[in-house]
Amino acid sequence: MGESCRLEIRNPCSFLFIHAFLVLLHLAAFASFAASPHRTNLVEAVLSEDLARQTDIIKSLVEANDPLIEQALTAWRGGSLYVLETNDTKTPILLDPVTDAEGSAKAIRLIDGEFVKGADGKPLVFAVADLTAADATSKLRKVIKATLDLFALGNPNPAMRRDAVIKLGQEQNPDYLPFFETRQKTEQNLEVVKALSEAVATTQLLSEDESVRLAAIGRLGTMRSINGLNFLQRLETEAKAAPAKYGEKTADALHKSIRDIQDYIQWGNFFGTAFRGLSLAAILLVAALGLAITFGLMGVINMAHGEVIMIGAYSAYVTQNVFAKWFGASGRGFDCYFIAALVVSFVVAGLVGLILERGVIRFLYKRPLESLLATWGVSLVLQQIIRHIFGAANVQVNSPSWLSGSFNVSDVLLGYNRLFVIGFAVFVVLLTYLLLTRTSLGLQIRAVMQNRHMASALGVRTDRVNMMTFAFGSGLAGMAGACLSQIGNVGPALGQYHIVDCFMIVVLGGVGSIVGTVSASLGVGVTNQILEPWLGSVLGKITVLAAIILFLQWRPAGLFVTRSRSLEG
Amino acid sequence: MLSNKSISKRELLLLVIAALIGIVVLPCLNAFVPPASFFHVSNFSINIYGKYLCYAVLAIGVNLLWGYTGLLSLGQALFFSLGGYALGMHLMLMIGKLGQYKSDLPDFMVFLEFIKRFPETGGLPPHWIPFRSFWFAAAMVVVVPAVVSFVFGWLAFRSRIKGVYFSILSQALTYAATLMFFRNDFTFGGNNGLTDFKFILGHEINSAATKRGLFIASAVLLLAVYVVCRWLTSTKFGLIQRAIRDSENRVLFSGYATANFKLFVFVLSGIICGLGGALFVPQVGIINPSEMAPDKSLEAVVWCAVGGRGNLLGPILGAVGCNALKSYATHSFAEQWPYILGGLFIFATLFMPKGLIGLPAQLMEIKRKFTRKNGDAAPQTAPADVAFESATKE
Repeated sequence: MGESCRLEIRNPCSFLFIHAFLVLLHLAAFASFAASPHRTNLVEAVLSEDLARQTDIIKSLVEANDPLIEQALTAWRGGSLYVLETNDTKTPILLDPVTDAEGSAKAIRLIDGEFVKGADGKPLVFAVADLTAADATSKLRKVIKATLDLFALGNPNPAMRRDAVIKLGQEQNPDYLPFFETRQKTEQNLEVVKALSEAVATTQLLSEDESVRLAAIGRLGTMRSINGLNFLQRLETEAKAAPAKYGEKTADALHKSIRDIQDYIQWGNFFGTAFRGLSLAAILLVAALGLAITFGLMGVINMAHGEVIMIGAYSAYVTQNVFAKWFGASGRGFDCYFIAALVVSFVVAGLVGLILERGVIRFLYKRPLESLLATWGVSLVLQQIIRHIFGAANVQVNSPSWLSGSFNVSDVLLGYNRLFVIGFAVFVVLLTYLLLTRTSLGLQIRAVMQNRHMASALGVRTDRVNMMTFAFGSGLAGMAGACLSQIGNVGPALGQYHIVDCFMIVVLGGVGSIVGTVSASLGVGVTNQILEPWLGSVLGKITVLAAIILFLQWRPAGLFVTRSRSLEG
Repeated sequence: MLSNKSISKRELLLLVIAALIGIVVLPCLNAFVPPASFFHVSNFSINIYGKYLCYAVLAIGVNLLWGYTGLLSLGQALFFSLGGYALGMHLMLMIGKLGQYKSDLPDFMVFLEFIKRFPETGGLPPHWIPFRSFWFAAAMVVVVPAVVSFVFGWLAFRSRIKGVYFSILSQALTYAATLMFFRNDFTFGGNNGLTDFKFILGHEINSAATKRGLFIASAVLLLAVYVVCRWLTSTKFGLIQRAIRDSENRVLFSGYATANFKLFVFVLSGIICGLGGALFVPQVGIINPSEMAPDKSLEAVVWCAVGGRGNLLGPILGAVGCNALKSYATHSFAEQWPYILGGLFIFATLFMPKGLIGLPAQLMEIKRKFTRKNGDAAPQTAPADVAFESATKE
């Protein structure tokens, strides 16, 4: 390896760039673009002195599907395309981004993408200072820019193509119209097709021809184009300023289209808020349901509830890692991990709950205030254990492929993960309801909760029922953790973040009432999302907390009161 | 329980001795004994002890509610911090031009460009202006916690929210307040809180003499709070207080407006906590929202639980002991501290229902049981913690 081959990497970005470039070079070499007429034309354009001719050639390059030409044009515009003069021949060249110690680099010929070689067949190196850059007037630069933008229309990635179309459309440059139309004929991707017709209509808004303009306005309106709204509004102000130029028909059409789009946006916002509210409600519900059982039914203040949720989330993390080890980090096998994770987190959290109940809580059933303190101690210990094992930083739980992505329903994005949580919340509530009302364990649970002594006298093993109930509630909390791992960060403080909310939900809903917990989380979730745009997330949260405190003035026992004859029940 | 009305001679003697040590002996050892001497108390230690005493005041406030009235408030750190903020605001304004930005405004106000929000007052939010006066700030130390606790207590007790519901609601209150104080536009310094104090009442805040003075002030405050609570709990009022703890409904049916009693105790406790916070801030040199977070309140509750609640010495013992342990632990093995604290919580609630103060009696009881097992037939005696059991039995 010679001196000139030593890489001088200033930052990781440039390293990436070098890599990309090398790949490009290879592509260029293997695809044998050497004979391409476009390259010959480009060389002609670089060497030409005639602006009109240059413009023509550069415009014609749009059809060239050649990375080297894109590189060259970018370089030309940026002043780093050079002309190498030897004897009488002029050769346009690009400098290789890999430079040697003196800052010199090998030169790449535009015509064939090969290095310029010396007599001995070794590539020559050049210093920037010794070369003359190809001229580019500001007019020419504009032309190059337009061509480069249009290059993006041919980008193989549909998302990039769509973004390019939207960007070009917003420039409202009538020169682009023919390119849009050619593209429209061949485009398969529905999103890009939509973006194209939007771009055409946006561009045609400036048309002098009234019928074209009216059609464009009408089309943006029927498309409910949110991107087009700005342009329509701008046109409306112009039309108001110069009514003579635009005429009444345009003004009417504008008015109608703008109103249509605004209505549409309002509906979209409404649905968006409703969906986000519902999804927040589902999260709250899933997190609070376990507490509704341990606190609501059993009357145990489990301050470690949040930590049980956290343990569920970490169980999901561990399951994910195990699956990644077995099946690799993607693919169908890996995607199944989340189903397993739900089961694992239920079992693990249930076990933790079981140990907690046997070890601490069963001694404190008659001293609820003290169970609060002891379980808070437990929560500190659990947090620290997790910190010891997994570190204090958040861990990465990847969504399986069937949970990442989203529906786009009328410009409202419905994330699969959020839809899943909503569905899961419904499932868990049903499961709990069935367990409590349709199984013998449920019957025993309800009996013990209503009157411990009487149930005991009738032969119910209250100790065992307590244990099972607590383990079930903790298991639900664990599943909640697995669910939350798909939505937010997983870290040792995950539980702390939810615990206050959970308690408020249960108290608001009415202790001992599952229906109450469901309605309370719906209420809080939706209210929170409605308030958030006005007040911001923190102030919204504070308002909700304050509202709950005030609400309890009106209904001290919560939304759904469980009637009881005991005085201090 | 300490239900005897008059202060016994022995207790009085102990009190005087403790007061002498706190108010006279320790500061003298700090000021007049040469640093090389074994008996010298360093400036650092005096500062730390002062901090412990403020925490002890907070613990008394918690205990007055929890140990004597049966109200477990998880929001007392809020009142502690409110007192601290009130004095902190005054201290912020006393920095003058010595801050980073050499401005009359506190640094964070310059940094957050308050001049744009409050142009008519030169950038100082209007509610900060009266805090230029020390006496106004001192009044606010009492008034703000009192008002907040009155409003919250009135709402809570009026609708008969009690037991664990009261705990949860007070926790939500602290949580909401913490979120609020974390906001920059709430005008109290946001995340960083109030810090970099320079002067208090014209004295340089970091000088040894000032620290000593603050220590003496903390000791005096603790003594005063102790005496007031000791007096209050030995009156008929204190009797009703304990009756409410043991069975609120019976007191209610006997014709007492328990809500008013509870409200009074809640407000009093809020004021006590606020006073503790006000002396805490100049000694520590910073007050920020994390000081009022729910877990701080819970920590204060642990001090009471460890020291022993339902009497007045326990919380002091617990607060000083736990914090000394915490200073030591976070210094030499920080990673294990949460285990110790958590373990302390669990152990204290499970095995020491009366805390350190009740430990001798508890050990005696165990010893008696043990000897009885080995001896003749056992006479029936009440177990040691019958009072606690009956408190929540119904």
